[in-house]
Amino acid sequence: MSNQQGKVQKMSAHDLTELLFAQEELFILDVRNQEDYQDWRIEGHRVDSINVPYFELIDGVEAVVGKLPASQKILVVCAKEGSSLFVAEQLADAGLHDVYYLEGGMKQWSEHLAPVKVGDLRDGGEIYQFVRIGKGCLSYMIVSGQEAAVVDSVRMTDVYEAFAKERGLSIKHTIDTHLHADHISGGRKLAESTGATYWLPEKDAEEVVFAYEKLEEGKSIQVGSTSISILPIYSPGHTIGSTSLIVDDTYFLTGDILFVASIGRPDLAGKAQDWVGDLRDTLYNRYQELSKDLLVLPAHFGSYVELGTNGVVSARLGDLYRNNPGLNIADEGDFRRTVTEELPPQPNAYQEIRQVNMGRLKPDEEEQREMETGPNRCAVHDK
Amino acid sequence: MADVVVDTKGLACPMPIVKAKKALDTLQPGQTMEVLSTDKGSLHDFTAWVKQSKNELVSHELENGVYKFLVKKL
Repeated sequence: MSNQQGKVQKMSAHDLTELLFAQEELFILDVRNQEDYQDWRIEGHRVDSINVPYFELIDGVEAVVGKLPASQKILVVCAKEGSSLFVAEQLADAGLHDVYYLEGGMKQWSEHLAPVKVGDLRDGGEIYQFVRIGKGCLSYMIVSGQEAAVVDSVRMTDVYEAFAKERGLSIKHTIDTHLHADHISGGRKLAESTGATYWLPEKDAEEVVFAYEKLEEGKSIQVGSTSISILPIYSPGHTIGSTSLIVDDTYFLTGDILFVASIGRPDLAGKAQDWVGDLRDTLYNRYQELSKDLLVLPAHFGSYVELGTNGVVSARLGDLYRNNPGLNIADEGDFRRTVTEELPPQPNAYQEIRQVNMGRLKPDEEEQREMETGPNRCAVHDK
Repeated sequence: MADVVVDTKGLACPMPIVKAKKALDTLQPGQTMEVLSTDKGSLHDFTAWVKQSKNELVSHELENGVYKFLVKKL
C-alpha cells in the first residue's frame, strides 16, 4: 500500500478521442446512475468499464478500490464533471496513481467533434470525416481548391468553420442527406454563417418553414475549380427523401441507409411499413448497380467496432455486400421482420428533433443539448 | 412540514446529495427532510440514491425550476 497520495489529472474530450482512436488501454469508472449507464456509455477496443453511482461513494471509496486495476489508466466519468472530480480525488487520496477525470463529463463528450482525413480526391482535393464520437454521428467536408462542401453537419458548426478557416477554405455548400431524427442539423446555421447554399431532399422537406435548394438526382454539385462532382442518388427507406451522394466516383456517402455494421431503420418518421419496400429496393437493387469498389462513408456508427484505424468509419461496398447482416437477408419476409420488429428504442426526443430540423421548433442551446442526450440508434442492429 | 430542510439551490452535483446525505444521517427513523435543488440531473440521481439507501422518497415536484424532494428516513 502506498503512503504517497496520487494526483488527479484532467482528461479532455480531445485526449480521450486520441486514446480511443489509437486503441489504447483504459479503465473507466463511470459514476453516473445505472439507468444512464445502461442507456449509453464510453466504449472502445481496449476499454473496460464499471458503473458505481457516485452517491454510493460519498462516504469513501473503499468499496470500489478493489475493483480497479493497479497499473492502468483510470478515468472517472460522470454527467457534467463535478462528481467524477469528487470521486477521482478520493481515489488519489487512497493512493491510486494514474487517475483522471473526464473534463466536462458526458455532456462535453457528447459534443466533441474530431476531424480525420479519409482520403484524397483525384484532382487534388481531400475528403474528411468529422467524428462525433460520443454520439456516433459522422459528417463530411469535401475540399477542392479553396472551396468546401459539408455533408450532414452537426450543430457544433464552429468546428467546421474553424477547420475551413485554418485551411483558407470557403464553405460553398451544406448538404443534409435526409431530415435527421437523432441530432440537430447544423446545415442551415452553417449556410447562414458562411453564405453557402443549403441542400435538402424535397421529399423530406414537406413541412419545413425555410428556403432550401432541392437535393435530387440529376443535379450534381460542384466543389472547387477542379469540379469534384457530388452525385445525388435517390435512396429512400430510412426516410422517404433519403439521398446518397457519390463523390469523385470514389466515395459513397450513404447517409443513414447503409452503415458499416448494419442498415438504417425505417420507422423514425412513423412509416415503417410503407418504407420497407423502398429500403429493400434501395439496398438490394439500386445500390447493387453501383461499383463494388466505392468506399462507403455513412452518417452514423453504432459501436466502436466500426471505428477503423485512426478512427475512420468506412468500408468497401463490395465487402459490405459480403459481410453486412442487413444486406444478406435473402427472404423478403425475413427482411421485413428484421427492419420492423424488435427495433431498438427510438433515439431520445426524435420527434422534437425532427421538428427542430424542419425549423418548426427553436430550442435554446441547453434544450438542444438535452434533446440530443443518448446514443443515435439509427440502425436496425443498434442496442 | 419536514423536520429538516436542506437547501442546495445553486449547487452542482455531487453537492446536493452530499449535503442531503449529511442531513439524513442526523435524522431518526420516521423523520423527514425536504431537499431543494436546482441541479438538472437531480431527479434520476436522487431517486436512485434514496432507493439505494433504503429510505422512502415520499414526494418530488418541480416548481419554478426548483426540485423539491421529501425524504423519509426508514
